[in-house]
Amino acid sequence: MAIKKFVVGAFTDEAVLFPAVKKVRQAGYKIHDVYTPMAIHGLDKAMGLRETSLHTAGFIYGITGTTTALSGIGWIFTSDWPLNFGGKPHFSLPAWIPITFELTVLFAAVGMVLTFCYLCQMAPFVKKHHFSLRATDDHFVMVIECTPRTNVAEAQAFLGSIGAVDINVQDAETGWWLGRYDKDTKPFEMNKTAIV
Amino acid sequence: MSLKEHFEIPAKYKLWSMILMGVGALSLILGYVLYGNQDGGVRFWSALLHNSVYFLLVVNATMFFYCATTLALGGWQISFRRVTEAISASVIPIGAITFVILLCLVMGHKTIIYEWLDKDVVSKDAVLNGKKGFLNPSFFIIWTTLTIGLWILLGLKMRQISRSIDDAPLSVEEGKAFTWKNTVWSSVYIVWFALTVASTVPWLWLMSINAHWFSTMYSWYTFASTFVAGIALMTLFVIYLKNLGYLEFTNEEHLHDLGKFQFAFSIFWTYLWFSQFMLIWYANISEETIYFKNRFEGPYSGIFYLNLVINFLAPLLIYMTRSSKRNYATVTFMSVALLFGHWLDVYQMVFGSTIKGEVMLGLFDFGIAAGFVGLIMWQTARVLAKYPLIIKNHPFLKESIIHHT
Repeated sequence: MAIKKFVVGAFTDEAVLFPAVKKVRQAGYKIHDVYTPMAIHGLDKAMGLRETSLHTAGFIYGITGTTTALSGIGWIFTSDWPLNFGGKPHFSLPAWIPITFELTVLFAAVGMVLTFCYLCQMAPFVKKHHFSLRATDDHFVMVIECTPRTNVAEAQAFLGSIGAVDINVQDAETGWWLGRYDKDTKPFEMNKTAIV
Repeated sequence: MSLKEHFEIPAKYKLWSMILMGVGALSLILGYVLYGNQDGGVRFWSALLHNSVYFLLVVNATMFFYCATTLALGGWQISFRRVTEAISASVIPIGAITFVILLCLVMGHKTIIYEWLDKDVVSKDAVLNGKKGFLNPSFFIIWTTLTIGLWILLGLKMRQISRSIDDAPLSVEEGKAFTWKNTVWSSVYIVWFALTVASTVPWLWLMSINAHWFSTMYSWYTFASTFVAGIALMTLFVIYLKNLGYLEFTNEEHLHDLGKFQFAFSIFWTYLWFSQFMLIWYANISEETIYFKNRFEGPYSGIFYLNLVINFLAPLLIYMTRSSKRNYATVTFMSVALLFGHWLDVYQMVFGSTIKGEVMLGLFDFGIAAGFVGLIMWQTARVLAKYPLIIKNHPFLKESIIHHT
């Protein structure tokens, strides 16, 4: 992960945020992310985010569960330890369906939760940089990533002109790290030279 | 934007509905001549019972959809609600036809279909004797009359409430009163639906063909089957009207939700199908397995597996992705497939019990089905053309216009 420079602006109203996102994209700035207190319908489309592939991952996990169940039960009941249940054939597909269904759901659910946590970089004891704590309360926080060619002062002024408040510049780690928040300045001090 | 509010029936459509009804009438006559007296007319009467009950339950399921979404205060389907209404109006002619057919079966003493009609058999049979309070001609006729009569009356009431707001915009207070009135009458319908389709009617009309056998899953299973087909029928009409340039407020967001309904209730159908099959298979009690004997291993095994492929595997795999539910071509294909699949499902319910030895699926069955399809097309278009296509004063219309999933 790398430490990068960001211009951060907050919006107080959803109705201001949507046109602002559009204008920022039109002006050619790169939006790192928009942090909001609640899920906002259509914001992903406005930001031009691609469709998540989480459901494809879910399908693959589900199929894995189905295969595990069928091959596992199939092997156990037909060759490893065949038992006679009420005169039924050893290969009794209808009786296996409930377990197969449950393993499919289990694999898909657990796999998708873990994948989701990985994609969002969330895990126990793992920390991420917070651009503004009010993003969990009443602010819609837009974070613009600075490239070497970005004029920081201009970007700040631009954010102000489209209705942002609390505009500031932050150097922040983009990834996740193990640690505590009271020591979370550490990566920056160590890597000051790496900042663009 | 100017709205095309009034549906004009295309001449070609009218012609096709007439042709299909003609095919149905011709099949009826030819069927009576060919099969009417053969083996007590079992094939003729089974086909009539199968088709009339299936199509009646399918068009009635759209009224259930209408009332269920009303009770849930669902706003998304308002933009194509007139389509649902128009399809549910077919309950009137098809209900009348089904009533006549069922009456013919009972009054005509067709023991070849319902063995419990024979008093001598019942008095000698301990099982049938125990079910005498429920399975007897007078209860059958009274309950059938009440069932179809109330479906028709409550359907008329729901449609009349909906049409009453066509002329004048509603104030907020009037809108609340309108919603409340809808809620009350929908609840009445849903209760009656639970007492009929979700319990007694499949027992009386279909399950009593095997009067000795019973399954507690049967009614739900029949309901799930016909509900999926009902949604598919609605979807087809919505897509047809969209193709003609009507229903401007309905778009792929609404199609997506209809697709989700088809997908979800296909899985629900499979769940009930499997619960019925697996418990009987596992317990292996001969009184119960007799039902699956000729379906699972006998001549009906082809239909048995085809049923699962069309009604479970196809929707599961095809409807799984978001893009397929938003694609008009895939949804049309799947809707037709599901309508046919559940027709086949009810086919094996009826014929698997009346003609056990062989599968006689042929032109006659498709001809009768074509007649009912034509009748639904004719009646639905007639009602659609009579009233505005968009309920422009409905309090939830805006919710439907801005709907997105």
